[in-house]
Amino acid sequence: MNLLEIENLSISFGGLKAVDDVSFAVEEGSVYAIIGPNGAGKSTIFNLLSRFYEPLSGKLNFAGNDLLELGAKDIARLGIARTFQNLDLFEHASVLQNLLVGRHVHNTQSWWRQLLFTGSVVEAELEHRTKVEEVIDFLELAHYRNQIISSLPYGVRKKVELARALCIEPKLLLLDEPSSGLNSEETEEMGFWIEDIRRDLNMTVVLIEHDMSLVKEVSDRVLAIVNGKVAAKGVHGFVQNHPDVVSAYLGDSQ
Amino acid sequence: MRILFKTNYRQDLNLAKHGGHHFWYGLLILILFAAPLMLDGYYIGEATRVLIYAMAGLGLMVLTGFTGQASLGHAAFMAIGAYTNAWFLAHGFSSFVALPMAALLSMIGGLLVAIPAARMSGIYLAIATLAFAIIVEDFAGHLTSITGGNRGMMVDVPTLFGYQIWRSWELYLFVLSVLIVATLAVLNILRSPLGRAMIAVRDSEVSSQALGVNPMKIKVFAFTVSAAITGLAGAFLAHYMLFLTPQIFGILLSIQLLLMIVLGGLGTVHGVFFGAVLIGVLETGISIAKDALPYSIGGLPGIEPFIFGAILISVIAFEPTGIYGRWVKIRSYMEFFPVYRRKSFKRQRAYLKTERLR
Amino acid sequence: MNEFLQLLIVGISQGCIYGLMALGFVMIYKATEMVNFAQGDMMMLGSFVAWTLIMDLGMPFWLGVPATLIIMALFGALVDILIVRRVIGQPQFAIVILTLGLGIVFRAAAGMIWGQVPLTIDSPISGFSSFYGIVIGNERLAIIAVTALLIVILWAYFRYSKWGIAMKAASQNQLAAYYSGIPVRVIISAVWAVAAAISALAGILLAPITLIEPMNGLLGIKAFAAAVIGGFGSMPGAILGGLIVGIIEPFAAAYVPAVKGSLVYVVMLIVLALRPQGLFAQIHRKKL
Repeated sequence: MNLLEIENLSISFGGLKAVDDVSFAVEEGSVYAIIGPNGAGKSTIFNLLSRFYEPLSGKLNFAGNDLLELGAKDIARLGIARTFQNLDLFEHASVLQNLLVGRHVHNTQSWWRQLLFTGSVVEAELEHRTKVEEVIDFLELAHYRNQIISSLPYGVRKKVELARALCIEPKLLLLDEPSSGLNSEETEEMGFWIEDIRRDLNMTVVLIEHDMSLVKEVSDRVLAIVNGKVAAKGVHGFVQNHPDVVSAYLGDSQ
Repeated sequence: MRILFKTNYRQDLNLAKHGGHHFWYGLLILILFAAPLMLDGYYIGEATRVLIYAMAGLGLMVLTGFTGQASLGHAAFMAIGAYTNAWFLAHGFSSFVALPMAALLSMIGGLLVAIPAARMSGIYLAIATLAFAIIVEDFAGHLTSITGGNRGMMVDVPTLFGYQIWRSWELYLFVLSVLIVATLAVLNILRSPLGRAMIAVRDSEVSSQALGVNPMKIKVFAFTVSAAITGLAGAFLAHYMLFLTPQIFGILLSIQLLLMIVLGGLGTVHGVFFGAVLIGVLETGISIAKDALPYSIGGLPGIEPFIFGAILISVIAFEPTGIYGRWVKIRSYMEFFPVYRRKSFKRQRAYLKTERLR
Repeated sequence: MNEFLQLLIVGISQGCIYGLMALGFVMIYKATEMVNFAQGDMMMLGSFVAWTLIMDLGMPFWLGVPATLIIMALFGALVDILIVRRVIGQPQFAIVILTLGLGIVFRAAAGMIWGQVPLTIDSPISGFSSFYGIVIGNERLAIIAVTALLIVILWAYFRYSKWGIAMKAASQNQLAAYYSGIPVRVIISAVWAVAAAISALAGILLAPITLIEPMNGLLGIKAFAAAVIGGFGSMPGAILGGLIVGIIEPFAAAYVPAVKGSLVYVVMLIVLALRPQGLFAQIHRKKL
């Protein structure tokens, strides 16, 4: 069953058509990779899904919901979480606080209850903390729990970005270049986590990636975007050897 | 070196994290309440002034320090609170009505400002709030029937359940109690989802949206809470000054409030109090210092603001995290002695990251 | 009709003053993203320095003016080198407080050095011109002429000169500018120098019309509103904003005196409500 359906998605920035008539569907429980040269429009697709941009045309359907009717702040509530390519953490807060913000969509307490910090708020906070600790365990962040983001190294920040998205308990996880900036050991670890996320946490994952070995390792299907258009769609072997994809990456041999 | 051994999550939720906290803050509160027994009238008055600044600063800190919305016009909320309080008292109501009305009207003011302001950011927001304050000050001057205009307005003493609060120590205790309640409310917000959402909006609006936070709602909430608290401070200022004129609530007051929370330590509740004490002490201290200088320098007109400005610049240049920041460093030094590492607080060499692309 | 034109010209000349100060703001903002709340006070210092040179020391007017500009330019650069440099890269807050502090210090210092009694400068072109039935003080015409000339000079400078282009580069991406071999710190000091000189010029132009006193610095706030109306990152916007603010004032004073103090700010708020980034928007979407 398709969890996410994109049809004829297009957007232009100035005169440049950044995304040109892109269509694809992601099956529930699968890992779907989007590849393509830099500037091809991959992150733009994510930003359209997150509703930061307004598309020129196209349909975005998630589990039967029309995303175009929603604003950026409503996407998380539906169960879609994302990470950012350039990392967008809350610099002056601790790891724990960053992750707890991830629980925002699960907040049930009204504002005046929070002002008074009533018993129900305490219960809810303990519950949030327990859930967040599960994610911390999963990604092995316990050591960094109370450290302020600005003091953390890049690799750890990437983990926090991922952890924060997981705290939403989403159905769909959008990862924007999860392995960028990581060495081969860390990339392998990331691959294991993506597998675990799919299997143990029952999430559907869409990832934008450049590291082909990671793509081959984790993804069920691959989409190649070149110059904003779909160049190839299918299983990894098919896409990797598709002539349009090869020429986009390596240039024409003739 | 204190090692905290935590056994359950509830410990992290508590405001007082360990025995030391309980002891020292308890002692502080005790001393504050006992102050009228130890100090005479003049100092109690000064202390009341500092408490009022702290309350106003607390409101501003909620908006600017925790939600990242700059405000150069918070004096406007103090004005609304002060005049509302005075008006209701003058018409026979008790403080039990006048004070909540002051908070309520300030809150409405905050709401009105919030709705356009939430769409602005950075410097535009600051200047919009400044403009708001200038307009309110102008209005206060024109609405002569309500505010007495530029000729001023007398303020009655606070009345609670028929009891009139004439003595300075009674006012002091009244302000102290309300301040403690307000501070607890703010601390509660900070450890709840709303507080975290505010910090999220401050640090990255884009990211917070991706996590389901509605920045508009959060900013409106922050503005209204901030305005309410600062409005209450204004109401108490009215009682402290006993006579209101619009000039009290000019730009210089707004700037002073902002200076206070930045010098104290932006983004912390401690910073509010450090800043208020600093401003209170500085005003008295500079007068004393002026007398200590040789006449050729001390006698110059304008030496006080000069020293004030010079101190300001030095603090910002050398300790931008404010007094609270310096206190944290000192405390760490004492805690980790002799293995304290100065580099643990070293500032990164920062390059300008343009805010024009957001 | 005559009255309308009269008010208009007065407004335009006042607007030029605000525009010049706003220009100083915007230049510093574009180069360093700092808002210089002390801009108005630099104008005020400029007029005081001019007074000292021309009235106190007896320098001829046509010598005193360039001398003042040079002195104030050096002053601006010094302020940057000694004080502002320490806070490069700090969050906006530190900068705002710093420049507010600078403003306080400048105002206080002016009071200490020159006293609080208002001073005046004798202008070499005093008198009135009249045409089309309007009578305008010569100084006001001079303000408009000088401002127009300055705008042309600055436009050419930023378009064609190496330093001007370097300034634009440093204002868009400091780190990249460093990598390109642009001496960013020197450029920034130069920007402060130029901005200070422009403000000083505004102060000199204004001096014959109003009295010189330390509180003049607070005119900077109106100039600030002007810069915001124009859009904070745009130099033509600064001038345009200044003109708008300048024109509103005399008309408000003549027709709706009750609100003349705050009308400018109301207009500013309206502009911000309709176009939150000012008339010439400079903020673009970040690449996510």
